[in-house]
Amino acid sequence: MIAVQSPANTSLKKGEVAEVKLRLEVKPGYHVNSNKPADEYLIPLKLSFDTTPLESVSVHFPPPKMEKYPFSEKPLSVYSGAFEIVAKVKSKPDARSGMNFANAKLRYQACTENACLPPKTIDVRIPFELF
Amino acid sequence: MAAYCTAQTKPAPTKPLKQAADFTLTDANGKVVKLSAYKGKVVLLNFWATWCGPCKIEIPWFIEFDQKYKSQGFAVLGIAMDDEGWDAVRPHLAKNKIPYSIMIGNEALADKYGGVESMPTTFIIDREGRIVTMHVGLVSKKDYSDDIEKLLAKPGSPVKRSAVGQPSAIGTK
Repeated sequence: MIAVQSPANTSLKKGEVAEVKLRLEVKPGYHVNSNKPADEYLIPLKLSFDTTPLESVSVHFPPPKMEKYPFSEKPLSVYSGAFEIVAKVKSKPDARSGMNFANAKLRYQACTENACLPPKTIDVRIPFELF
Repeated sequence: MAAYCTAQTKPAPTKPLKQAADFTLTDANGKVVKLSAYKGKVVLLNFWATWCGPCKIEIPWFIEFDQKYKSQGFAVLGIAMDDEGWDAVRPHLAKNKIPYSIMIGNEALADKYGGVESMPTTFIIDREGRIVTMHVGLVSKKDYSDDIEKLLAKPGSPVKRSAVGQPSAIGTK
């Protein structure tokens, strides 16, 4: 339900923080919960770099849309259509120099106006060059 | 997947109805629930999950149906499809008193029911254990009550009724 555009190659120096921009697109008719859903039972959008040569310093999400759906009493905090998230990353101490790839994981949960799909985690391959 | 963009209802087909796949699961209270033991009853089998907003709209309706139609030979069974199992479902049950049996489902069970890719997915099963209707996504309360009342009005097969044990013999007049 979410397509992730291959991110541009990122260059960074050891110990320095760099930005990785990810452009995401939610399939028409669907929405995904934002990183801060309005209800505790909803599964948030999350990007993680747990076992890669890069570690996350912070992840910045765009302002969500507050949308009301037939199944919700109050507006829900969601993303739909195309949007961009920006991860600030730095290399792990043991990362090797040169061209490299990091595998991030994007977890999301998508719904339509009247049904929901199970939460899903997809791999996002991020190319980077470490100096 | 696009087929699930909007709520879908598959009405009674003209071809022979498909028998609902039997299963045996243990509910939140430790009771063993076997679907085939409900033969003789009309059963609403609801696949849901705690992360599913539309499911939360329907559950109060199902609680109401359970109370309203129980004496006529009707039962609701809930199958929670949360990957985290009881860890996710028990807190939800503690907050929301659900009087009917809730079990934890799995992929193998979902496969027997066509995959159950979207939540909620609900099957209405007749007294003979056959799937009469499948609702995918949130539909109206009236759609459900119409389905249930129509099936409750139909008498079950006397031969089959007499051949099955509890709880199927209830309300089949």
